[in-house]
Amino acid sequence: MAFIEIDSLERTIGGNKILKGIDIELEKGGFLVLVGPSGCGKSTLLNAIAGLQQPTAGDIRIDGTSVVNLHPSKRDIAMVFQSYALYPNMTVGENIAFPLEMAGTPKENRTKEVGAVAKTLQIEHLLDRKPAQLSGGQRQRVAMARALVRKPRLFLFDEPLSNLDAKLRVEVRAEIKRLHQNTHATIIYVTHDQIEAMTLATKIVVMKDGIIQQAGTPSEIYNTPANMFVADFMGSPAMNMLPGTVTADGRGVALDAGAFTLPLATPLTPGRKVTLGLRAEAIGAGQSGFGVTLDLPVEIVEPTGSDLYLWLRLGKALVSARFPATVEQRPGAIQPVWLDLNRAVIFDTESRERIVGAAQEPALAAT
Amino acid sequence: MSVSPAPSLGKRLQDWLPRIVLAPSLALVLVFVYGFIVWTAVLSMSTSRLLPVYRWAGFDAYERLFNQPNWYVALKNLAIFGSIYIVVCIAIGLFLAILLDQKIRIEGVLRPIYLYPMALSFVVTGTAWKWFLNPGMGFEHAVRVITGWDTFRFDWITRPDMAIYTVAIAGIWQASGFVMAMFLAGLRGIDSEMLKAATVDGASTFTIYRRIVIPLLRPAFLSAVIVLAHMAIKSYDLVIALTGGGPGNATELPSTFMYSYTFTRSQMAVGSASAMVMLMGIAAIMVPYLYSELKEKNR
Amino acid sequence: MSAREMAISTAAGPARWSRVVIYGLLIVFALFYLTPLFVMLSTSFKTLDEIRSGNILALPAHPTADAWGKAWGSACIGVTCEGIKGYFWNSIKMVVPAVLISTVLGALNGYVLTKWRFPGHRIVFGMMLFACFIPFQSVLIPMARVLGILGLSNTTAGLVMVHVVYGLGFTTLFFRNYYDTFPTELIQSAQMDGAGFFTIFRRILLPSSAPIIVVTVIYQFTNIWNDFLFGVSFASGGSSPMTVALNNLVSSSTGVKEYNVDMAAAVIAALPTLIVYIVAGRYFMRGLMAGAIKG
Repeated sequence: MAFIEIDSLERTIGGNKILKGIDIELEKGGFLVLVGPSGCGKSTLLNAIAGLQQPTAGDIRIDGTSVVNLHPSKRDIAMVFQSYALYPNMTVGENIAFPLEMAGTPKENRTKEVGAVAKTLQIEHLLDRKPAQLSGGQRQRVAMARALVRKPRLFLFDEPLSNLDAKLRVEVRAEIKRLHQNTHATIIYVTHDQIEAMTLATKIVVMKDGIIQQAGTPSEIYNTPANMFVADFMGSPAMNMLPGTVTADGRGVALDAGAFTLPLATPLTPGRKVTLGLRAEAIGAGQSGFGVTLDLPVEIVEPTGSDLYLWLRLGKALVSARFPATVEQRPGAIQPVWLDLNRAVIFDTESRERIVGAAQEPALAAT
Repeated sequence: MSVSPAPSLGKRLQDWLPRIVLAPSLALVLVFVYGFIVWTAVLSMSTSRLLPVYRWAGFDAYERLFNQPNWYVALKNLAIFGSIYIVVCIAIGLFLAILLDQKIRIEGVLRPIYLYPMALSFVVTGTAWKWFLNPGMGFEHAVRVITGWDTFRFDWITRPDMAIYTVAIAGIWQASGFVMAMFLAGLRGIDSEMLKAATVDGASTFTIYRRIVIPLLRPAFLSAVIVLAHMAIKSYDLVIALTGGGPGNATELPSTFMYSYTFTRSQMAVGSASAMVMLMGIAAIMVPYLYSELKEKNR
Repeated sequence: MSAREMAISTAAGPARWSRVVIYGLLIVFALFYLTPLFVMLSTSFKTLDEIRSGNILALPAHPTADAWGKAWGSACIGVTCEGIKGYFWNSIKMVVPAVLISTVLGALNGYVLTKWRFPGHRIVFGMMLFACFIPFQSVLIPMARVLGILGLSNTTAGLVMVHVVYGLGFTTLFFRNYYDTFPTELIQSAQMDGAGFFTIFRRILLPSSAPIIVVTVIYQFTNIWNDFLFGVSFASGGSSPMTVALNNLVSSSTGVKEYNVDMAAAVIAALPTLIVYIVAGRYFMRGLMAGAIKG
């Protein structure tokens, strides 16, 4: 039995289904990231877990007991909000102590626990200030302290980094990760940022339109996306998508983009419309396993410092390829590239679902 | 070294245009507000009676003003009326705003009903309440007819000791909806995540209001007190229409005092002195408030 | 409602009975605010006999508009018995020019005070702002003298001038706060494009000023229409505005007291501002809030 179990959860507002049967399981100590575009229902789901919005059907169990009929404060959870939701009329110390005060903790214990949490998050010197006097990053820490001080069995984070600037976001992200590693807390975290999802999660749930598109580990989500939406949403740059038709012998795909036919690791029904998905890192120098070498004209050169991304013309399509930063290239030149088709993900163009994923059939690599 | 050419006449005109545009308004305000205040101050230190005369009398008029029992009646009435008016308006306003903030379906119908008295003239309000409070034919009579409770009495408007409270009732009726709207705007401005956080933290609805929401409404409280105090000091039409300052002088306020001493009792110097006292009262409230508001806005 | 949903509603929100209490209280207050208006209207449609015999909370048994006709056309105010219609028009003739002039001046002042700042602009604005809040008693006597000297005593033109002068502070405040939110880059780029002071105002600020113009016009209209102190001080007799005439009608002690006529006159006096409130309540509120500075 998993620690958190969400069972065919639904929420309808005025005939509008926001959540359409959500099933999620999470182990104790797991870090679950709910990711998806805005309006996908991820925040509604988090609010339902917190008890701030009621589901219209389904069940949420924590440690085996249903919590859907419990008041938020009785669920033993803590939440960090996007706006941090610090009480501006109270000092930082009073803010952190507030949940303890509500729980009836005696004053001296409160002071002690607030001190301990403040120490962990290095905000001891801020305890007497008002939230208005803090920077964005400091407010974020205070919000986390207020959540931590309760020692709840479940932490909820609602886009906690989206109000921070880019540099601070990376720092705080690392801090959350360390916090999770040190405390082994169970966390459910909502974000629209796929990099946050990849870096933090032990388990990612990708949502769209109130439906779970895929649930899995970061590497599963990244390498074998369940459908074209997930492939497109996760990863930057997005996965190269090459639509085409399976050849008469079933062993290749004739690309719609132009006069190329790429070999297939697994034979498919001839004439089937498929889309071949290939990450930028599966197109590059090297030459191993199953694949083809193509000479493609360079259109755009994008150095990122650590890597060099080349945008290459493949018939009518433009594909991104990742090279080491040491490679020198200029637009207009011809670049020989190796397409590592072992790592290709093949989708049915019509249903947009994955048919074959390289990671699932490593045996075929030898063919 | 280059010599910059003298700006052309057109250019200089362009530069001065903004100030030229503002000048008439500023002149009007300087003369008709500040100049007139000085003028009134001068009159208050003269011996003017029916007509202005400019013979220096020092603080004679102020002395006479504060020797008038009537003036103390006016000040006392202002204190009673003002404090009840402010406290009850804020209490009702806050109460209604909190109730209306509970996701009320018919809020769109109720809000305009609470607020419409603010659109009425004080004279209309006074007229309506004078009729409604008429002991023989108004509310008192209606209660007797409807309930059969023949000894029911509500004759405050005719009782010198109670009439000032009827002014407060009518004033509260007119302004409490507006105070409600001020508080409601304050409530709506509170980050909803803050309320969610407090709920998750285990605070009850009552605690959320007491510990978080009401402290956050401090600016709204301040605005409400200032606006209401200002309105109370200036109240004139309401008293005239509701009680005419009576019975006797039972509902005399500084504003009615000033008017009657100046225009009907030919005590212009005393009237001016009372006007100056009113002005100082308002300045004591408004100047610090406006100053802090402007400073905040310019920060 | 299933048992489960019941449980949910108690877990998440206030219980059902407390909703009933909340709605009950809200409706009681609605009645408190509505009753005086109801009494005014119902009295105005009653006959004097019915007023004497019935109770004020009752609906008129035989509604008649006679009192309205009398209030409008033949009630006696002072020595003339021509109803309130003349005073109603006095108020209109006073309100329209006063609102227009003070709004135009306020818009220009707000424009200068935000986009063409000069040293001391803050003091100028502070002085205009404080002028909004002075008790008018402190300018009453000099104003009466000046109107007399200018030959404007007991004229509508005199009242227009008074209302323009003492309305300037508010109109300037409204436009200043509104134009303050416009980016200054807008003016700078227009200047680089060769636009002058008035061109920028007419082509750039004015076209997007509709909301604040509506707020200002409504606020000024309500204030000036409802004014009593200036009217009673500077325009007695035939040039009185509506509010003064109403008070004279109601407080006159000669003859039989015609409550139905009083109430009809009161409703007529209230009607213009009430209509504005019903049609544009949202803007009315914004004006009130801006008048309280914080909003």
